[in-house]
Amino acid sequence: MSASLEQDPRDRGGPAQPLLIVDNLRKHFPVRGGLLNRQVATVQAVDDVSFSVRKGETLGIVGESGCGKSTTARLLMRLMEPDAGSVIFDGDPVGDRRGISVSDMRRQMQMVFQDSYTSLNPRMTMAESIAYAPRMHGLGRKEAYDRAEDLLSRVGLNPRQYARRYPHELSGGQRQRVNIARALALEPRLVILDEAVAALDKSVEAQVLNLLTDLKQSLNLTYLFISHDLNVVEYMSDRVMVMYLGRVVEAGPVDAIYRRPRHPYTRALFASKPTLDPDRRTTQMPLTGDPPNPIDPPSGCRFRTRCAFAQPRCSESLPPLAAPFDGDTDASHVVACHIPEAQSAMAVHHG
Amino acid sequence: MADTASTPVLRVEDLTVRFTRRNTDVAAVNGVDFSLKAGETLTILGESGSGKSVSLKALMGLLPAYAGISGKVWLNGQEILGLPAAALAKLRGGAVSMIFQEPMAALDPVYTIGEQIAETIVQHEGCDNRTAMKRALGLLEQVKIPSAERRLKNFPHEMSGGMRQRAMIALALACKPGVLLADEPTTALDVTVQIQILLLLRQLQEELGMAIVFVTHDVGAAAEISDRIAVMYAGRFVETGTTRQVMRQPMHPYTRGLLSSTVHGGMRGRALETIPGSPPNLAELPPGCAFAPRCRYAADACRRDIPVVTTETGAMARCVRAAELMPA
Amino acid sequence: MSDLTLETPLVSRPDAPAAPAPGYWKSVGQRLLADKTTMAVSLVLLGILFITLGAPLVTHYDPYHGSVLGRLKPIGAPGHWLGTDETGRDLWTRLCYGGRLSLLAAIMPVTISLIVGGFLGILAGYAGGIVGTLIMRTMDVFYAFPSILLAIAICGLLGNGLSNSIIALAVVFIPPMVRVSETVTAQSRNLDFVEAARASGTTTMQIIRYHVLANVLGPIMVYATSLISVSIILSAGLSFLGLGVTPPRAEWGLMLNSLRQAIYVQPYVAALPGLMIFATSMCFNLMSDGFRSAMDIRLNK
Repeated sequence: MSASLEQDPRDRGGPAQPLLIVDNLRKHFPVRGGLLNRQVATVQAVDDVSFSVRKGETLGIVGESGCGKSTTARLLMRLMEPDAGSVIFDGDPVGDRRGISVSDMRRQMQMVFQDSYTSLNPRMTMAESIAYAPRMHGLGRKEAYDRAEDLLSRVGLNPRQYARRYPHELSGGQRQRVNIARALALEPRLVILDEAVAALDKSVEAQVLNLLTDLKQSLNLTYLFISHDLNVVEYMSDRVMVMYLGRVVEAGPVDAIYRRPRHPYTRALFASKPTLDPDRRTTQMPLTGDPPNPIDPPSGCRFRTRCAFAQPRCSESLPPLAAPFDGDTDASHVVACHIPEAQSAMAVHHG
Repeated sequence: MADTASTPVLRVEDLTVRFTRRNTDVAAVNGVDFSLKAGETLTILGESGSGKSVSLKALMGLLPAYAGISGKVWLNGQEILGLPAAALAKLRGGAVSMIFQEPMAALDPVYTIGEQIAETIVQHEGCDNRTAMKRALGLLEQVKIPSAERRLKNFPHEMSGGMRQRAMIALALACKPGVLLADEPTTALDVTVQIQILLLLRQLQEELGMAIVFVTHDVGAAAEISDRIAVMYAGRFVETGTTRQVMRQPMHPYTRGLLSSTVHGGMRGRALETIPGSPPNLAELPPGCAFAPRCRYAADACRRDIPVVTTETGAMARCVRAAELMPA
Repeated sequence: MSDLTLETPLVSRPDAPAAPAPGYWKSVGQRLLADKTTMAVSLVLLGILFITLGAPLVTHYDPYHGSVLGRLKPIGAPGHWLGTDETGRDLWTRLCYGGRLSLLAAIMPVTISLIVGGFLGILAGYAGGIVGTLIMRTMDVFYAFPSILLAIAICGLLGNGLSNSIIALAVVFIPPMVRVSETVTAQSRNLDFVEAARASGTTTMQIIRYHVLANVLGPIMVYATSLISVSIILSAGLSFLGLGVTPPRAEWGLMLNSLRQAIYVQPYVAALPGLMIFATSMCFNLMSDGFRSAMDIRLNK
């Protein structure tokens, strides 16, 4: 596992080709009920989500519960089958005859889960858990365990002390380090971090974030960083995608999104963030009510029921994800909103 | 008659909680002192296992029988620790009430929200059901539940997370408590809902003048709601002060570490300053300062005893080196 | 990259043991050894196993040879310390030899149901979908009959005899075994670490072998042990009703039936086979409880 700054031999399309292109990914869950177990409603967990991840970057996905960010991660890993849409990994369509198989994709794409305890087999030692996947992929026992010990020290755990421990003997932060080591055991190129630090205490969270940053550099990794924590996403990501009720509402470079959010939902989300300044406390409620249930979401723009700028046409058609026409944002900053005028007015008002 | 503005409604002195079972002896809370005036909010800020929730539960008498509790707690001048169960039950939901992280666990799933609030009012005040139901409606309006009349007839599972949290607050306020204990009430909520609940609590406090003890691990929530902050580590308050003092001029190395490892805007590209290691095992606390093994300023004196350093502005830190570390 | 460890220093938790932890099954064994009840119960069961399998070592009488003169001797009679039965055969000898068939008739059905039911249950639990539904609904049909009635009906259909009683009880035990293994498997299938294993691109069989089986076999074995205690009573019951082992062979249920008439003459002697059934059944039950708590890895946290 040498840290390489030179060209990765697995890199096929060169640095300009996105590592991952996701096109119109969709997953709808039927809600059954009633007498004959008929389908009574549909949860549109992920609805026509498209994005791409560039080589070496961190794409942050942020949103509240029910926005579909975790379902997106599971769909990418094929832990569940998407209803529609395509995933292209470094130029190869996944699960397609012309492309690569799901299991080949999984060797290059790994995932870290939120719950550090349940994501480790309670009956396996740390070294066994890390060595498991390489062994199953045909690496010899000795080599697999050597790799596990190497990875343990890379994530900051002394292998002599921790290799033979069981999950319940470690603290949450230590277990999450092991989960990261396990995700790295197949030497993936893309790591999906699904709320990977959400369950940790703040002081431990900072340790793990530093570790992730170091690993990314030394192993040439690309991250898909999923979190509900706006500050952590800002800290980690190069680009950010904001999701609401299964759809992407805004995406762009982190500075553009955080300095100048364009979608009314993104603005409200950021305004809800505690200020951390006792002299400038929040006084206005940015939004009222909870995020609506993703079962049978509103027609047209899904945010319109909570949006202060909603107009009749917002209920008529879904706003496409596009760069606003007001000329002062770059084309990579895209927003799904019908009324950029209202946003500009609001931006002036707040700015 | 004493001046109500200056007499504390809640005073806690040397509160200690130990859990002794079989061969383990867990020192969960090791001498907590504070006093709280009406209309004041104290936030107990700490990470998991710091003893913050246990302290609250000890005040409410909600700990299991094997918990050894000592110390003194005065509520409106009346000593309440060690009161018989019946008297304590009368206080709970009356003079002092509590809200939790998980409203589903605090609300009874088989009764409507209205029935539960009315029931509490009837029990504590002995009024008739109709009056109680009217009061319940008023409470739901007070916590800003839209179409309160209809919501009164809802069961807890029919409401969304934020709505349930509001309903639980309404239930806690049913008998106009003087003290509200809040145990991580915003932790499980989405950001946009969290700020609504924080604003609601602030507004209710202004209207009703109650004192709030707010327990959280979230520095952001603490900055939004508290008048004073007590930082808790290994069962002790290691630092107390006004929100401004603690947030701007933290004296204790742990507080500084906690603040610097909390990610906030504008930290991109810099490595985060972290506290090494993990919190101590409460069954085997080291002598002296419990933070010393993780502290980069630790000196030999830290392993002996912990002095209480107080500034002229009223801030307190339990640290040998607080004076020299204090920001100018 | 060794500087990485320096950048993110990690103080070991003071409560973590200095020595590496023992293997999982080793730690289960340690907890079993520390559990006094389970140890006592295991000793009793070992004793029962010894006197039944090693019957010729503990008695010199022939279990089938009686004497008309020596019928229904009381407990403590000279030469027959547990007395004799209604045809004058030594009761201690009969109990020892009878245990062989009783244990066989009780353990065999559980073993069969463990293999068949465990396989079907794990399959149903992991596969889910149509396969799972098909298996589970078929099992539900068997649940419609009370277990003892079902066993009697099958025995009645197949005729009496040891092997038929084993088949009957196996059929009775398969549905609950399937249900238990289906439940624990379905639970473990949705655990994050099984998902993580799927995400690492390993095959379904590998996942079942390394992640599902290890976490599922424990609870299934515990259940099987507790089923033995039920099985002992049911198989003795079948023999008692004349549906199992046929006379003159010795079996506790059958002995209980033939000594029934002597209950007013030698009540204590007549109760002895019942006592053996009760004690063995109880022991298996307690042992299953002991296994359950020893296997719970979270208890020693």
